[in-house]
Amino acid sequence: MPEHAAVAQHGSPAREVGDFLRRRGEQIAQRWAEEPIFRTVFTVSRDEAVEAGRAVVDALGAVAASERVSDPDADGFLPVREQLARMGAVRGRTGLTAAEVSRDVDALRPPALDLLTAELAGAPEEYLRECANVLTVLIGTLRLVVMQTALSEGRDLIDRQRLQLLEVATPVIKLWDGIVAVPLIGTLDSARSQVVMESLLEAVVDQQARFAILDITGVPTVDSLVAQHLMKTVAATRLMGAECVVSGIRPAIAQTIVHLGLDLGSVVTRATLADALAHALHQLGADIVSRAPHGVGER
Amino acid sequence: MTDRLPTPGSGQVPVLRLGDVLLVTLQGDLYDSTAEQLQQDIGEAIAHHTATGVVIDVSGVEIVDSFLGRVLAEIAAKARLLAAQTVVAGMRPAVAITMVELGLTLPGLRTALTAEDALRLVTARPTPPRPGGAQAGSR
Repeated sequence: MPEHAAVAQHGSPAREVGDFLRRRGEQIAQRWAEEPIFRTVFTVSRDEAVEAGRAVVDALGAVAASERVSDPDADGFLPVREQLARMGAVRGRTGLTAAEVSRDVDALRPPALDLLTAELAGAPEEYLRECANVLTVLIGTLRLVVMQTALSEGRDLIDRQRLQLLEVATPVIKLWDGIVAVPLIGTLDSARSQVVMESLLEAVVDQQARFAILDITGVPTVDSLVAQHLMKTVAATRLMGAECVVSGIRPAIAQTIVHLGLDLGSVVTRATLADALAHALHQLGADIVSRAPHGVGER
Repeated sequence: MTDRLPTPGSGQVPVLRLGDVLLVTLQGDLYDSTAEQLQQDIGEAIAHHTATGVVIDVSGVEIVDSFLGRVLAEIAAKARLLAAQTVVAGMRPAVAITMVELGLTLPGLRTALTAEDALRLVTARPTPPRPGGAQAGSR
């Protein structure tokens, strides 16, 4: 039973690795400072990189000591979670893929393994292999933690931006007494068109608008779904007692609409926002005429 | 609701006459019996007063279902047969959205923002109703 004997002599491999990380922390951190993941993130000074490396080594040591080497939710990772997220984010921002960042983290294994092998030179081979194994698992868990934090960071960003997009992208503008307009920009999906419809109808009531102009100059493509959203908005506006004009249909989009066989027959359409405004003003009985009949103004 | 039928005064919707126009204000929920009574009242009132327009003010309606949509369409059809045009006025945004989602776009029915606008619309030169709102461009 050589294995048992070794365990009796040295303690469990996880504890052994934990002890090793604590004893050699400074040395490992010095070596890690050379690795790309620390070197490129902590660019101010080498000391900064070493300090960051030291923090990670200490965290790994704590995790190993608690014998939870394969658990990414281990308490030991808590103190460095934020730092790891930042490292992952900085590396990701330079255009590296998730796999490449993960490989960066894996590059931390050989230096630590070298030191471990040197440290346990006199120990039985079986025990040494066990310890190396523990270290490998530990680095693997570290990789997982880095990826996890980086991903959740990205998800938060996307959620934040989606909210901003909903708020920012749908302003209702009063163009004239009784005329409101919504310049739509970007792709229209169900959620957005719902927001657009609601804010447009609210504006119609608030401003007592007789005309509502939907300008789709900024909508890249129109498919049957987008057309359906537009038709719904037009129908709802009509039910409110206002007339809805769709403007900004580019030639390519007009072509698409015809190809799709969509019937916009009941919708008043105009080529540009200016045309739509002129139409609405004309209907309200307020035509715009230039002051100098022959074009060029005096002055 | 059926037990209220013998006393028609309680659940009834009043039909007001303003010159040549009838004004109906819907408020809250509309029940089957009330709706039936209302359709009958409007028909009689148009015939009796030779009204040319019916304004239905729905600004007090907060909840809508397919039943209300059908009632409105039926009133409009009936009025048209009696040579009067119907204008629905003051629909709330939430109600309009629900109607569209239910597929009730009320084609052929004229709409106005407020009861005042609606009165102006029906007392003006009569134009045949068509989808897409008022068609004043042909003057």
